[in-house]
Amino acid sequence: MTTQTAQAKALEPLIYELSSSGRKAETLMPKLDVPESAPLPAHLLRDSLELPEVSELDVVRHFVRLSQLNYAIDKGFYPLGSCTMKYNPKIGEDTARLPGFANLHPLQAPETAQGALALMYTLQQWLCEISGMKGCSLQPAAGAQGELAGILMIRAYHQERGDTRRTKILVPDSAHGTNPATSAMAGYTVVTLPSDARGGVDLDALRAAADETVAGMMITVPSTLGVFDENIQEIIKIVHNRGGLMYMDGANMNALLGVVKPGELGFDVMHFNLHKTFSTPHGGGGPGSGPVTVNEKLLPYLPGPIVAIVEEATDSEGAPRYGFVMPEKSIGRLKAFHGNFGMLVRAYTYIALHGAEGLKAISHHAVLNANYVRVRLADAYKVPYNRMCGHEVVIEGRFPDAPDIRALDISKRLMDYGFHPPTNYFPLIVHEALLIEPTESESKETLDRFIEAMHAIAREAREAPELLRSAPHTTPVSRVDEVYAARNLTLCCRLPSAE
Amino acid sequence: MPYIPHTDADRAAMLAAIGITKLEELFDAIPAEHRFPPLNLPEALSEMEALWELQALASHNAVAPEYAIFLGAGAYNHYIPSVINHILMRGEFYTAYTPYQPEVSQGTLQATFEWQSMIAKLTGMDAANASHYDGATSFAEAVTVALTHHKQKRNKVILSPNIHPQYRAVARTYHQGNGTRFVGDKSGRATLDDLLDLLDENTAMFAVQYPNFFGQIEDFSNLAQKVHASGALLCIVTTPIALGLLKPPGALGADIVVGEGQSLGIPLSFGGPYLGFFAVREELVRKIAGRIVGDTIDSDGRRAYVMTLRPREQDIRREKATSNICTNQALMALAGCIYLALMGKHGLRRVAEVCYHKAHYAAERIAQLRGYHVNTRLPFFNEFVVTCPRPVAEINRYLLEKHQIIGGYDLSRDYPDRENQMLIAVTEMNTRAEIDALVQALEAAAQNS
Ligand SMILES: Cc1ncc(COP(=O)(O)O)c(C=O)c1O
Repeated sequence: MTTQTAQAKALEPLIYELSSSGRKAETLMPKLDVPESAPLPAHLLRDSLELPEVSELDVVRHFVRLSQLNYAIDKGFYPLGSCTMKYNPKIGEDTARLPGFANLHPLQAPETAQGALALMYTLQQWLCEISGMKGCSLQPAAGAQGELAGILMIRAYHQERGDTRRTKILVPDSAHGTNPATSAMAGYTVVTLPSDARGGVDLDALRAAADETVAGMMITVPSTLGVFDENIQEIIKIVHNRGGLMYMDGANMNALLGVVKPGELGFDVMHFNLHKTFSTPHGGGGPGSGPVTVNEKLLPYLPGPIVAIVEEATDSEGAPRYGFVMPEKSIGRLKAFHGNFGMLVRAYTYIALHGAEGLKAISHHAVLNANYVRVRLADAYKVPYNRMCGHEVVIEGRFPDAPDIRALDISKRLMDYGFHPPTNYFPLIVHEALLIEPTESESKETLDRFIEAMHAIAREAREAPELLRSAPHTTPVSRVDEVYAARNLTLCCRLPSAE
Repeated sequence: MPYIPHTDADRAAMLAAIGITKLEELFDAIPAEHRFPPLNLPEALSEMEALWELQALASHNAVAPEYAIFLGAGAYNHYIPSVINHILMRGEFYTAYTPYQPEVSQGTLQATFEWQSMIAKLTGMDAANASHYDGATSFAEAVTVALTHHKQKRNKVILSPNIHPQYRAVARTYHQGNGTRFVGDKSGRATLDDLLDLLDENTAMFAVQYPNFFGQIEDFSNLAQKVHASGALLCIVTTPIALGLLKPPGALGADIVVGEGQSLGIPLSFGGPYLGFFAVREELVRKIAGRIVGDTIDSDGRRAYVMTLRPREQDIRREKATSNICTNQALMALAGCIYLALMGKHGLRRVAEVCYHKAHYAAERIAQLRGYHVNTRLPFFNEFVVTCPRPVAEINRYLLEKHQIIGGYDLSRDYPDRENQMLIAVTEMNTRAEIDALVQALEAAAQNS
């Protein structure tokens, strides 16, 4: 810490600052019921261990107080675009914690884990059905890892065919940052495609870029601008005709459940974000889960192991036997063990609670809510792509007659009205972007209150701009200085003894 | 409809505002021939039916405490203090997103800062990030840091065969497209000296595990010096409970320390969600991936926390980012943070000691059994290798069916020449009675062939 931050008034002290030499949580100390054996040689041992010395009550109060400094879905409306901050059903927390799941070791023999394997197998099938694909791997831990799996599969597919000229991946300029970052990680050069005036991919630019050196294209549907690209089939055709494969970033699947199957549109591979569409909670930034589904072309390359039926049921009453298999030409494993299993249990629970009609209703109402917000905000804010949108809508957070006001100011002011701000400055191609994703869980009353707040802020921007520029005023801390953090880099607390 | 609050009147009013009459019209931009496909899924369940279904599935798994468990190999059955779950279940933590808006996310940010601090102290390093997906992906990302550190001019990575096989596999998956050469672990028998012979001016990173995959504490006292002499970075994969006792990897000269934090209050949960930790020396901080929280002040001069060094990340740097990672394992890092706070300086050491003594008790007793041999060539922490009189799979089947014991890991799955070798893990959760039962069952297993 700098002297300034060390001396600054803290909302809650650091756990290290609560520490008192000799204090401990006595009941948590395990007892030894076997004879002591010879200790490790002294040169292998550490001399000191700088961890806090606090009581159990200190810990409880500390973390409860910290929790109270957070905004969360359970507190209020959280229209963070591209993140699908819908209600996370509580039952998912219970099912994931059932002892039969929580205490299951990942390396146990499959005979002792048939329940978990059955759940994974069924979820693989459901995700294939929802996406119109032929195979699924639940390995990826998040969307970005699903993307890496997908691009590595595309690479393996071309390599297998001896097609080594393909060195590029096409990515629209509206894409999420993980798309270009993934392509680069997989060893590809990224070719950025411009968007057209309607927010779709510029077809001329695509035709010019799609040649025999293109391995594939990554595209988000509906796009990160919140709109369905009407040319999607044409785009897929152009890339396929040149031998490239199509990756769909499925972060926005909340708009598509029971509406369209990406596999039927011609996509070769996609990922789901279970922590968006199927409502596994975001946990303050994770964990997530990013399963990939593929069509026949990529089936042999799936990351593994995946779950398969290794022995069919012997009679109609019996259960089949499940086991892990490594797909024939798998790109390999993406993480140790089998994916973020606890999130798979939550997603399974969520889909089971919905069924086909429920899933379809999710997308219908998510899209209804977004369009309602769009039309109701259009008279106060510029809506750059003001046509029917998907599950989210992008607006510009700037006013010609209030030039000092930026999207960030609007976001911070929204906090004073009790809302979490929309996503700021993404997509990058929209000036002062505010990407609003209401989700289906929100009622018309909530949306109306949000819309009123947005109108009030638009008025304040003209009448009392300082109110916005100095916002927020009602949050635990006021505007946080990001530049100071970067200039005076402190990434862990220095102990009093070290100062 | 589940969790959808709209009344008919709401829907009608909203459709009217949009200027359409039916919900279906929202989707006119979707190609008509593919619009509204049938979804073949089971009928929706009520909450109680869903719970029953999940309970039925969960009941088909054999788990502790009905079964005594001696399986580790990268995931461990440690005690989870009750406090952790109570805090994790607070909606303020688990239903928040990544703390992009610091004014309404100080809880997550400060907890992350504390986690980074504790991991830095525990590993003896200067700085740590917020988390990676798991130990294996932390390791794969360490390779990236080494490659970047050498400006992509070195592409060789030396892997000790004693690193968790799945970690090595994941590193290979991540780097299959960028020309990285992984060497050293082909035979499974390379010694530290054999590995050091592979060092050259093309080596970006030298990686070992501490304690290694077999539970042994290898002598790394002069390792860093030799690795650094060639200009390579030293990466040490480690496990946090052991560090309650052992000299921290930072003191051994590591440049990067990674590992799996599952032992810190996170359930086994069939392999995830777990917690990859990642710590480095100060010079490497700007090259690492993932989120990092730093401290700062707000506009009123109060102390505050915020994500920092952001220009390394994919949302800003896109194809030039240090990694594609976005979502991480934040809630698991919170669990790890609470665990380390609760156990603290005394408790972590105590857990480590208890694991150590129980494992040694088990090892000594098994060593006395006819037909079994325990490898004690090197000091070990809480895992050790037993050579059995029969294939491990057979012994484990017997332990499971006759004694409700989940035996150790069958090393022949990853190391074909380690036939009949079982890796046994003992934690503070294994009572003396369980250990004694294991010993007896192993004895019986040797005879029942
Ligand atoms: C459009 C889009 N693609 C990909 C991702 C990456 O997903 P994850 O954060 O799960 O890695 C996100 C998430 O923020 C996203 O919004």
